Amino acid sequence: MIKFLLQGLLRDKSRSHLPIMVVAVGVMLSVFMHAYITGIMNDTIEMNAAFSYGHVKVLTKGYADNMSQFPNDMALDNTDVLVANLKKQLPNIEWVERIQFGGLIDVPNDKGETVAQGPVIGIGIDLFGKETTETKRLRIHESMVEGRMPSKPSEILVSNDFAKKLGIQMGNTVTLMASTMYGGMAYQNFVVVGTVSFGVQVLDRGTIIADIQDVRDALDMDNASGEILGFFSQGYYSDKEADKAKSIFYAQQDNVSIQDEFTPILLTFREQGDMGTFVDLSHSMGAIITFVFIIAMSIVLWNAGLLGGIRRYGEFGVRLAMGETKHHVFASLLYESFFVGIIGSIIGTAFGLLFAWLLQEYGLDMSDEMKGSSMMMPTVLKARITMADYYIGFIPGIFSTLLGAALAGIGIYKRKTSQLFKELEA
Amino acid sequence: MNNDIIINIQQLVKRFPIGKGEFTALKGITTSFRKGEFAGLIGPSGSGKTTLLNIIGSLDMPSEGEVTVLDVSVGSLTAKQAALLRKEKLGFIFQSYNLLQVHTVFENVEFPLLLLHYNASERKKMVMEALDWVGLTDKAQSKPSQLSGGECQRVAIARAMVKKPVLVLADEPTANLDATNSHTILRTMEKLNKELQTTFIFATHDEKVISYLHRKVFLDDGYIVKDEWVKND
Repeated sequence: MIKFLLQGLLRDKSRSHLPIMVVAVGVMLSVFMHAYITGIMNDTIEMNAAFSYGHVKVLTKGYADNMSQFPNDMALDNTDVLVANLKKQLPNIEWVERIQFGGLIDVPNDKGETVAQGPVIGIGIDLFGKETTETKRLRIHESMVEGRMPSKPSEILVSNDFAKKLGIQMGNTVTLMASTMYGGMAYQNFVVVGTVSFGVQVLDRGTIIADIQDVRDALDMDNASGEILGFFSQGYYSDKEADKAKSIFYAQQDNVSIQDEFTPILLTFREQGDMGTFVDLSHSMGAIITFVFIIAMSIVLWNAGLLGGIRRYGEFGVRLAMGETKHHVFASLLYESFFVGIIGSIIGTAFGLLFAWLLQEYGLDMSDEMKGSSMMMPTVLKARITMADYYIGFIPGIFSTLLGAALAGIGIYKRKTSQLFKELEA
Repeated sequence: MNNDIIINIQQLVKRFPIGKGEFTALKGITTSFRKGEFAGLIGPSGSGKTTLLNIIGSLDMPSEGEVTVLDVSVGSLTAKQAALLRKEKLGFIFQSYNLLQVHTVFENVEFPLLLLHYNASERKKMVMEALDWVGLTDKAQSKPSQLSGGECQRVAIARAMVKKPVLVLADEPTANLDATNSHTILRTMEKLNKELQTTFIFATHDEKVISYLHRKVFLDDGYIVKDEWVKND
């Protein structure tokens, strides 16, 4: 009987080829969209993690309470010991020290008179360390517009838009005016050797990138850092890894008193800013896409099923007359749709993965379109294939074909047997 | 009750809802059919012949009265029991053949046997025998679209007869056929009636069919107006 039904299904192109194509296209779009959204979401998460939040971040409680103001008077002290401990406790995480600060850049002329001034946000990172991964993480080489990378102390990079606005030329000396860790005024001269543009307004408006040791010298932060960022060796953020790191961190902290505002604490990526919402959104995006495609494909397949079903009422009538029950006819419709769903899902998943892989490997450069974006988002949009992409298309693929067939098949029950039988003659 | 009687109908009434009212298609029919009859329900459109055929075939239920087919009361059957009766004991032949277009002649005829769970070798033997009855063994692998109307109806007869049912119900079986094909079909059915003792009941107003009938039950406006035996079975 199954063979008989399959023969009929395969030979009747309107019952097999068309629905399989519809399912395959829908599943392909589901898989591709899922990988695409996952890629964008994860890249956005990783970009935010790289520039600001890390996958986890160690900082003082006092600093955490006012993080947006970069309160370096609450910075971590004795960070060489702290980092060594962190590397020992959590060896699978790469720990990097950062100092973020706010200040004013003064651009003098040859006589030392101020030509222009502008507010900046500075990031002190390890620029000169032999094994530094920071320049790669922040994609500084790729973001260079003019000049060169700093190669010795006191050399800095500034954002290109900011440099243009203030008329800064390569090789100019600029003065940073900021606040030291102890609340005093800080003045430090730097030589601008290059400009960068990240394609994100929030970074390009006025950022300076300096070596962390220069920043320590400028802000009187010897052996101190505003924050220590941790990055998972797997290369991407995971709530599970973050929670694990957090529990290990607190389990091994001696004499921790969260009442002390200088006590180091560990924040996961999702615990900072609105990142929790973003992580949740990235997780739920797969479900949202799947749901949308189930609904859309069900409507399409329902209509296709209705048209096919109406055309087949004559056949159903013959089968009922020969002694099949309505349940059996209805079940056979569902079997057929299951077969169509499986085949369509396999084909759709294969093509969806292929297109997702192409986008994952080559990406889509949107840098021109995203100039001036106020959100920290990657400018090259890339898909990311995850395990879910291998099976996620089967959910709308099979479910929508079954739902479509079931809805279309209700007509069998709505009609009296003799009525279906009579439709044979139509 | 005569042991040869396979269909017994007593005071059968069938009503259909039409809007807020009702239409009475059969108005107290009482009759019976014996095994091996070659009978016809004859009447104009709307006389109730197809409705009566449907109730005999357990495709529809009586509104009132009693219809017994092969010792089973049709009115008391569940949908599943009705399907079982049709599957095991009844054969149907339709006006427009209603062959499954994507299947071959062999597969069309084989279908009722699949429902009865015959094994492959039994099915093959029975299908070829049925095709032999209707003279279509050479067309076994053809598709219905490759056959003429007369050949299609012969396939439909083979499909109805393959399981050797006790009763075959044929609704206007020659309506779409020319005279030559109609006579061929009718001779085939008459031959099967004689050889296999299968009871045939037709719903028809075609003179060609009527001329072959051994018994003619005339209906008009839901009543039996005449019941005429032409030949002895």
